[in-house]
Amino acid sequence: MNIHEFQAKALFERFGIAVPRGVPAKSVTEFASAVQTLGDGPCVVKAQIHAGGRGKGSFIDGYKGGVKLTKSPAEAIEVARHMLGNTLVTVQTGPVGRKVNTIYFTEAVAIKKEYYLAILLDRGSSRPVIIASTEGGVEIEKVAHETPEKITKVFVDPAVGLQSFQTRQVAFGLGFRGDEFKSACKLIEALYRCWWELDCSMVEINPLITTGDGRVLALDAKVSFDDNALFRHPEVVALRDLNEEDPKEVEASKYNLSYIALDGNIACLVNGAGLAMSTMDIIKHYGGNPANFLDVGGSASKDQVAAAFKIILSDKNVKGILVNIFGGIMDCNVIATGIVAAAKETALSMPLVVRLEGNNAAAGKQTLADSGLQLTTATSMADAAEKIVKLVS
Amino acid sequence: MSILITPETRVLVQGITGEFGGRHAKLSLDYGTQIVAGVTPGKGGQFFEHGSIKVPIFNTVAEAAKATGATVSAIFVPPPFAADAILECVDAGLDLAVAITEGIPIRDMVRVKRAMAGSKTRLVGPNCPGLVCPGSGEDSHGGCRIGIAPGYINKKGHVGVVSRSGTLTYEAVYQLTVKGIGQSTTVGIGGDPVNGTSHLDVIKMFAADPDTWGFILIGEIGGNAEAEAARWIKANCKKPVAGFIAGATAPAGRRMGHAGAIVGGAEDTAAAKIKVFQECGIEVAATPSDMADALIRAAQKLGVKLA
Repeated sequence: MNIHEFQAKALFERFGIAVPRGVPAKSVTEFASAVQTLGDGPCVVKAQIHAGGRGKGSFIDGYKGGVKLTKSPAEAIEVARHMLGNTLVTVQTGPVGRKVNTIYFTEAVAIKKEYYLAILLDRGSSRPVIIASTEGGVEIEKVAHETPEKITKVFVDPAVGLQSFQTRQVAFGLGFRGDEFKSACKLIEALYRCWWELDCSMVEINPLITTGDGRVLALDAKVSFDDNALFRHPEVVALRDLNEEDPKEVEASKYNLSYIALDGNIACLVNGAGLAMSTMDIIKHYGGNPANFLDVGGSASKDQVAAAFKIILSDKNVKGILVNIFGGIMDCNVIATGIVAAAKETALSMPLVVRLEGNNAAAGKQTLADSGLQLTTATSMADAAEKIVKLVS
Repeated sequence: MSILITPETRVLVQGITGEFGGRHAKLSLDYGTQIVAGVTPGKGGQFFEHGSIKVPIFNTVAEAAKATGATVSAIFVPPPFAADAILECVDAGLDLAVAITEGIPIRDMVRVKRAMAGSKTRLVGPNCPGLVCPGSGEDSHGGCRIGIAPGYINKKGHVGVVSRSGTLTYEAVYQLTVKGIGQSTTVGIGGDPVNGTSHLDVIKMFAADPDTWGFILIGEIGGNAEAEAARWIKANCKKPVAGFIAGATAPAGRRMGHAGAIVGGAEDTAAAKIKVFQECGIEVAATPSDMADALIRAAQKLGVKLA
């Protein structure tokens, strides 16, 4: 789960991580009082969406930049009016962009130098890793590729947690001295506590900045959480913004279905994540384009299959459906009954190819054959993919 | 022989009185697996009944192991309590803990993995289908089935299968069985980013097992475990190996069902992993329908039998 920058910074403050002063506003009427709390000088206006590249992005009406430095409160309010309710397109949003529902006003701070700091899981060692770089404000992937010597990595032993010498390794690695060194150490320790205590999957500060007066601040904040751990953090769940998620994905999650929208025209309904991924792959292999990833899980019910059908049909790009079920334990006839019910209820009129294999598959195939529905059966994944690609082209 | 388990392995089930654990304990009993104990704290002294079979339930894993000689646990405990259940197996000195549970917080697994370092207990999973060692009866009856995989699609034989994904494992096993090629052991290592047993751990065992004549390595996007396994195979293993990687069409940054299946950088894409497979002499299955055929091609190239 992801959250907005203004929410991440509020969490940071709770853990004692220094951030520039800032105030969020969700409507034009809140703008004046929000800006007022920051004083009369320049301030930064930041559109709040769950995607990076905001500063270089542009709005669909041609207005440039989702992050802007303004000279006066009046200008800040004017800029914010352009952004609120507008749709911002960045390299990460895709061409559709994201609607801006919140504006974050922050104090403008003088930047002496920019750094990068993040904590995430290192899969190789199964340990948290702190990644720091003297190259802030640019993509860390680029730094890792071109100048890996500028990256400091410190692995934390979960049995004892972050040790002081490791904090010093990171702070010295970034070249900090004097008051800045002390501020940086405090911030690194607080960031690790935040990552660990809130079950984050990643915390990223890019850029981390020095201001010239000894302070070290998180100028930006990106925080994402481990979905598996949300049950023990109701305060984090409360930060979820459904406007940032595909409504079809939200609907799917209600039925415990794992759905991800893609841009093709062949919808897939599959049991198991690995099989669902490779069903998308095999459609592509035969020259088609998958419209989604959809895993109905290992023990799907008739109702789940029906819900899954409605969700994939709500995607207007869909021209055909491929159902690929390997019923290890799940009863193929239950799936077949669900398919027939859903197809009849939705008056399905597009090509449907079904591949059913495994437990009680013969009965399932019979149910499909007796249904009177116009559908095509397939004997293998390859056969199914070839058939649906032909039918939609 | 086989790896990790045999048809004689004595198995206990943690969470046997739950709906999920109970259902699969019955299926394992039907398959002929030695399910000798259940563990549910507070229900010690009761029995788990299935037809004429009565499986004793214990309060703790240590008691269950001591009383029944169980050396392996199948864990069906809900996510908030699963880390504790795994560590209880370590404390009881079991050989193997197989965590079926899906949705364990990553932080819990980071701590569990660290706590297990140096212990004699091996963890398979979490978020995995478990293991199957087929038996010699009809539809491989009499084998050891730990977890949620279908037993009947297996056939006793000499091919190993290792995968993160349950249904892809079934797909591979089914293709092999239909072609008359049996399996020594199939191992589902699970779809989470932190797991107990890696691809590499399993292929080292397959490589060392005289009864496993070749194997299929099924991977997916995310992490570099498949590449690590492939490089070891190139340097150390002379047996025929087929490989498949799921997720070639997955968009970067989106988690594909499995918590671990997410493309983070250039190294963990399907294309990058397939390239490493090819460089390491692994016969790549072009599609998931091609997994058994790919292994047959690999065996033919080496002039080796699979069945």
